[in-house]
Amino acid sequence: MKFEWLAYGGRHLHAPDRTMPALLVRGLDVGYPGQARSVVEAVSFKLPIGARLALVGPNGSGKSTLLKTIAGLLQPRSGEIRVFGLKVGACHHRTSYLPQREEINWEFPVSVERFVLAGRFVHCGWFALPNAEDRAQVDATLEELDLTSIRETAIGDLSGGQKQRIMLARAVAQGADLLLLDEPLNAVDVATRATVARVLTRLQGQGKSMIVSTHDLGLHDHPFDGVLALEGGSLQEVPYGMAP
Amino acid sequence: MAWLLDPWSYGFMRDALAAGMSAGAACAALGVYVVFRRMAFAGEAMSHTTLPGLVMAQLGGWSLAVGALASNLLTALGIGFLSGGPSHRRGVRDDAAIGVVFTGMFALGVILMSLGGSWRDLSHLILGNILAVSPGDHWFMVVAGIVVLTALIALHKELELSSYDAAYTDLIGIGSARLKCVVLGLVALAVVAGVQVVGVILTSALLITPAASAAMFTRRLVPMMLIAVGLAWMAVVAGLLLAFNADLPAGASIVACAAITFVAAWIWRRLHR
Repeated sequence: MKFEWLAYGGRHLHAPDRTMPALLVRGLDVGYPGQARSVVEAVSFKLPIGARLALVGPNGSGKSTLLKTIAGLLQPRSGEIRVFGLKVGACHHRTSYLPQREEINWEFPVSVERFVLAGRFVHCGWFALPNAEDRAQVDATLEELDLTSIRETAIGDLSGGQKQRIMLARAVAQGADLLLLDEPLNAVDVATRATVARVLTRLQGQGKSMIVSTHDLGLHDHPFDGVLALEGGSLQEVPYGMAP
Repeated sequence: MAWLLDPWSYGFMRDALAAGMSAGAACAALGVYVVFRRMAFAGEAMSHTTLPGLVMAQLGGWSLAVGALASNLLTALGIGFLSGGPSHRRGVRDDAAIGVVFTGMFALGVILMSLGGSWRDLSHLILGNILAVSPGDHWFMVVAGIVVLTALIALHKELELSSYDAAYTDLIGIGSARLKCVVLGLVALAVVAGVQVVGVILTSALLITPAASAAMFTRRLVPMMLIAVGLAWMAVVAGLLLAFNADLPAGASIVACAAITFVAAWIWRRLHR
């Protein structure tokens, strides 16, 4: 970034602390205002750098709430979260969250290219425009995810699988080190499933860490390093080597 | 051709044209966000809630623009108080809060009109009177237009992103709530400019109709804004000509022309689908 003071939220790019896990969660309790009951209760685990973790559980088990809290979109009632040793939000560049498709306003008039380019905005900050390097990154990402031919298409005209791919493309373009994917294979075609699997494997090979939430592990062709089972907001089991 | 050219030989028509184009550009460009962020109700509310401020300014001899702006500020605070923060703790949803404040402020405006003077003297506040905008208010409209358009350009990527993905906007530290406040502030400014062109009741048409028409022609944000501004200017020019030649109210004529462009755009879309 040319002018550091233009960084969003005043948060600058911090190099990840390689001595710390990608994610450390301790005693996390999350609930919504006005509700006495917590949606996520006493959740603790760690995610080593470069690991791929599945977060499974039935609908309403708290998977999305947990991912949103790690992303900094919800405030925990208690507990601690560290991303590469830093507090949540201390470095906006390092984390990317792929919401479920329903959370995006697909009617908004924006093209696929522009949508993916938004992944570079965190590197620009206020008022600055994406530069040639940002655009080259977007071009490469569109190519990798087979999106080049539809780069000018409005996002509202895309199929479910294409929508999923552009959301993943935005996270890839951002260059985040920790990816939080909420049901990325929900209602997508076989080709999209294969593309997502290929890209996630490449990212893991580059040392990226990720948590993939799913209500059906059978949808995923690629292996995980561990499975977190969430039920009623509590973890049923923490995989070997992932206890904090 | 006299009906087309003669009106512009009058100074008041040229002033009205400049005022209408300033307000039209601000409202139409911003209107694309209002339409696609599904804020049409907020835009409608903002225009109606200027009434008490306009009446008080008129009765006190102050600038109408300042009165309208103060009124809108109170409205924003009222809506924010009722629905801001943990809204369900206060038990009021966004749209309910807007509905309560909007109708309450409009009722207050009508009561003030009734107490303060004859309806005939104050009816131009309801219907607008672009042909009699004071020089001070004219400048306010120009400045409001420049502020709105400058903000839309400077914050383009942030406003665009927050309009379709609030979660990602929050994730990277921009803050979707902050951007929503910016949009509401810009709507307030644009509405204050628009109210003097077409009046309290019809201002939301300047915000919504050109943008909705432009959406028939393109699915890209910036071209849509440019088309919306072009259509708003066409409506201002055609409406002023209609008002001058047929002796009709200028504000209503402008809005009617905007509505005709919408129908034409809709037919064009149906034919080219």
